[in-house]
Amino acid sequence: MASVTSGVTDTAKPKKVLFYRHSVAVRITHWLNVLCLSFLLMSGLQIFNAHPHLYWGQYGADALPDPSFISIGAVEDGDTIKGVTRIGSLSLNTTGVLGASTEDGELSPRAFPAWITIPSYQDLATGRRWHFFFAWFFVINGLVYLLYGLIGRHFRRDIVPTKDQLTPGHLAQEIADHARLRFPKGEKARHYNSLQKLTYMAIIFIILPLMVLTGLTMSPGFNAIFPWLLDVFGGRQSARTLHFISASLIVIFVIVHIVMVLVSGVWNNLRSMITGYYALKFEQKDEVSK
Amino acid sequence: MSFDLTRRRFLIGSSVAATGLLTGCDAMVQSTTVNDILQKAESLTMGAQRLLMSRQTLAREFSEADLSPVFKANGTSQPDSEDYARMTENNFADWKLAVNGMVKTPLNLSLADLKAMPSRTQITRHDCVEGWSAIGKWTGVPLGLVLEKAGLAPGARYAVFHCADDLEPSLDGSGRYYESIDLVDAWHPQTILAYGMNGKDLEVAHGAPMRLRVERQLGYKHAKYVMGIELVESFKNLAGGKGGFWEDRGYEWYAGI
Repeated sequence: MASVTSGVTDTAKPKKVLFYRHSVAVRITHWLNVLCLSFLLMSGLQIFNAHPHLYWGQYGADALPDPSFISIGAVEDGDTIKGVTRIGSLSLNTTGVLGASTEDGELSPRAFPAWITIPSYQDLATGRRWHFFFAWFFVINGLVYLLYGLIGRHFRRDIVPTKDQLTPGHLAQEIADHARLRFPKGEKARHYNSLQKLTYMAIIFIILPLMVLTGLTMSPGFNAIFPWLLDVFGGRQSARTLHFISASLIVIFVIVHIVMVLVSGVWNNLRSMITGYYALKFEQKDEVSK
Repeated sequence: MSFDLTRRRFLIGSSVAATGLLTGCDAMVQSTTVNDILQKAESLTMGAQRLLMSRQTLAREFSEADLSPVFKANGTSQPDSEDYARMTENNFADWKLAVNGMVKTPLNLSLADLKAMPSRTQITRHDCVEGWSAIGKWTGVPLGLVLEKAGLAPGARYAVFHCADDLEPSLDGSGRYYESIDLVDAWHPQTILAYGMNGKDLEVAHGAPMRLRVERQLGYKHAKYVMGIELVESFKNLAGGKGGFWEDRGYEWYAGI
């Protein structure tokens, strides 16, 4: 791996070593993925708004008796409306965000608010057009990344934890360090830590593929082609619910990911995902391995 | 500077930024160039599905135990015309299904004629584009048998279904419901003209006297209140030119996803 040494000083200032962390393939697929997931989320919520109820099983519709277990709606409240989010038998007033929110300066009944859907106004046909375009884009980009990860040994080199990283003692230490927002420095920062690796693995190999498969399970055409998908997920409506839950997990991952990028050296992280070069900082007494 | 002022400035600043972003997004959404590019994904979806499915690949069929307790009625649930009202009064005894356009023998079939033909019963899931599903049991005559009886003229590529309901009332009839499918779906074994539902005659709310079932596509393709079937080479000159009521309003013609 190419290493570039810069800023060698004779004082106690830490020495900075730039090394090439992210290949072109990883950087390009990463940013295309950001683009795809952003549009997929926003158009997905537009689609969800057309029928903001989630069910379990093969069927489910808001015909009474309504069997949904999650439902976002608006109810009349005097001369105004209020947003109500229901999870099982628990009802929450979510006016302003879920169920009822401001659209064109007026409190309107809509599950997710205008600022997070594409288009901002209710338009299922357009939401679907954006969703399926970026779904194809996402799948092709994801396949390129998976192929590169396997053939270019990126998974084995960077993503799969080493045996040493998986010992209980090591994991406990890393959890403790993370909780105190203490991050590895010097040589230890050259590789992802085990919590990072396990999280990335869960996203790459479980959550994102689950997103695609549950999406396909909602398509009547793909249902005829891959009927086993219905058995795997327990029905089209279960798949729709799992699609929603996986999307929520991705949103949580992205929030944590961005917070970690911010607190562990934002410029260094951003530079490495743009130019490829990541700086390792060494105390003078440390050995620099090339 | 007090906290409140800073906070207010932040809120004003972020709402201005959000409004700018929203306007930007909506401008992009409304651009025809952007739409033309995004629409390419529809042919990709249709191409992929047609590549992976054979002409005989069936949609999942369920058992009686899987039937939805209540089958939601959507779209029109009571066509609002005198002609239709008259037909319901005498139980559709005067109703005739017209099969015309690019056919060798135009037909006019009564409900009794259709019921005398071989029938198929299937328990399938109906998927609305909005996201909900309901499972129902459908009985009807395979569309292929009707097309065989009429005989297709060379060049016929699509079957267009003309319906009795005005989903969007209009003076010029542009709000009249219609749909179209190509011959791959028209000849599919599960594509039936259903006159029975859940063991009874099809109810008005679900499209009496007859609705289309095209099981590998979304609900809006399953035209209700079918009055006539027209075989055409192209649907460019019909209504909005996109091949269906919802298609004319922005939805995909191929609704397999």
